[in-house]
Amino acid sequence: MVGVLASGVRLAVPILLAALGEIFSERAGILNIGIEGEMLVGALAGFLGTFYTHHVGLGFLIGMGASGVFSLIMGFITITLKEDQVITGIILNILALGLTSFVYRALFGTSRTPPSIKPLTPLKIPALGDIPYLGTILFHQNPLVYLAFLLVPVSAWILFKTQFGLNLRAVGEHPRAADTLGVPVERMRYIAVMLGGIFSGLGGCFLTLAQLNRFTDNITAGRGFIAIAAVIFGKWNPYGVAVATLLFGIADGLQLRLQALGTRLPYQFLLMLPYLLTIVALIGIVGKSKPPAALAVPYQKDN
Amino acid sequence: MKKPVEKNAGKNRKVQEWRRERSLLFLYSPLLSFFLGILLAFLLSSLLISWVGASPLLAFKALILGAFGSLNGFTETLVKATPLMLTGLGLCVAFRSKVWNIGAEGQIHLGALATTLMGIYLPWFPSFISLPLTGLAGFFAGGLWAAIPGWLKIRWGVNEIITTLMMNYIAILGINYAVHVPLKEPGGFLPQSALIQPSVELPILVERTRLHAGILLGIAGAGALHILLARTTLGYQIQVVGLNPDAGRYSGIPVGKIILIAMVLSGGFAGLAGMGEIAGVHHRLLENFSPGYGYTAIVVALLAHLKPLAVILVSMLFAALIVGADTMQRVAGVPNSLVLIIESLIVLFVLGSRSLFHVRYPLLFVKDNEHKTTDGKLRIS
Repeated sequence: MVGVLASGVRLAVPILLAALGEIFSERAGILNIGIEGEMLVGALAGFLGTFYTHHVGLGFLIGMGASGVFSLIMGFITITLKEDQVITGIILNILALGLTSFVYRALFGTSRTPPSIKPLTPLKIPALGDIPYLGTILFHQNPLVYLAFLLVPVSAWILFKTQFGLNLRAVGEHPRAADTLGVPVERMRYIAVMLGGIFSGLGGCFLTLAQLNRFTDNITAGRGFIAIAAVIFGKWNPYGVAVATLLFGIADGLQLRLQALGTRLPYQFLLMLPYLLTIVALIGIVGKSKPPAALAVPYQKDN
Repeated sequence: MKKPVEKNAGKNRKVQEWRRERSLLFLYSPLLSFFLGILLAFLLSSLLISWVGASPLLAFKALILGAFGSLNGFTETLVKATPLMLTGLGLCVAFRSKVWNIGAEGQIHLGALATTLMGIYLPWFPSFISLPLTGLAGFFAGGLWAAIPGWLKIRWGVNEIITTLMMNYIAILGINYAVHVPLKEPGGFLPQSALIQPSVELPILVERTRLHAGILLGIAGAGALHILLARTTLGYQIQVVGLNPDAGRYSGIPVGKIILIAMVLSGGFAGLAGMGEIAGVHHRLLENFSPGYGYTAIVVALLAHLKPLAVILVSMLFAALIVGADTMQRVAGVPNSLVLIIESLIVLFVLGSRSLFHVRYPLLFVKDNEHKTTDGKLRIS
């Protein structure tokens, strides 16, 4: 059970990072379905960065940078050209899938022994790590795990306690009013989309640099979509989203364990859980918590 | 309302002039941006091709010859076009009513499941009875799967983008379970179902190829949907709901019912695509029988400007890319994932150039209320 929970926490991290990014994006009114693709780009770029520079830290930076740049495509088409966000997001996912697979194959071919990198090693936090059970679950993890969970209160603080966060939310709730008050709507949305890209890229990097040590086609396997689900489930609030991703992560860990044990219980149903829960949450939550009012609506300055 | 008449008259004249000028652009721009998109996508991907050390010209030659150069290649292109066409057609209906059905992939899976169940458990009938029954089963399995998010949308206002997306995964995992456990071929080793009975198989159109009758279903479906959307009251209502649901409601259109119908139709066609894959190609249910047809079909429907007849051509173009890319990989050593890049680049460039042609111009006189509908969102016609 301790093992399941510990792996659950670890499995939650990439989803959590992407979901935090998606909160910024959605709070500013951009429904970014392309984060799955942004994660993929981050995963590959982070891997390549580490592979060629032999430095995990640089790898992370390169991964985040690449997905940040990639997210600019989303920004340009939905914010500047005001095209539909859903379409653009889907297209970006397809583009990222093709691009990452193409680049990987072009660089490494189809070798039997896939190239791998030296991963980030777990870091035991001195005193806390010795607490029985809890220590293993929470304080014997990758440094990035701590960073991800630290980013939860930080994101909440940025969103709800700073002027920047207020402006960002205003842009997602009522862009016209924000514009009238002098908030640069388009610029805020660009920043939010970029933040989404950078966070997703970090989440993607986590997969290649901390979990699997290598890149495979479609390595994200729908985690970006689960992140979108987690955002809804967590009501566009970083804390809620953290809880939601932990639930998803633990379900995933449980599923892996069950698969390894070879139980008769079909693991596919456990895998379905996050998706089913999201639909149920959507039905139950409506009325109590609403998405940002201007979500997925392009802003058109009237003149 | 109380503005001086002369001022308005002057403005109207100006608007009319603009409109005349612009009508030329409206006429040409969908095709123009389409070809521009293809051109730019190929230009950009030739950079990628030279990067891997291949010659773009040779690679594109291999792509075209692979897709059209032989009977086998050409029929294979049609085989791949069939699910794209059927699914894309259904999506035209949903997208026209502005219901974002992203769940075609799952609906294809449900259609395939229903077809397999019919193929295994239906007592023997001659094909002319079995096949229509199976087609109906596939249609309604996909349609019902799509009706769920439709119903959630009209009953509780649940965002269909998210629900359809989530339901894709549920469907795919469900099929995965089905072929591993309850439907697994007795005594078989692989996770796949038993073969369906021959009376449920779609007839092969060209001997020694995989080309099956599903393509005829697609072409007939395109005609039917064209008539439905262009000529019938229901088609008109679907259009109105898409353009302005409030206006529709005031004029007495049962908006909820229309949304549900659009969802069922779009899911139904996706279900038919799933039926075609099982009854026409694989003859048994297996994992990953659809390499993302449901997602590619979204792109197909959009590039076809949600016009059923155009879907026929666009789906063939995309199928040709898929088939040709395999040849390109073999002959020129270019990874076949290039096709995904080309596909998405085409759409990105089309979106970009469309914005340049359509949105910029209405922007010049946004005060003219008529143009509020051309707000840069998906264009309907």
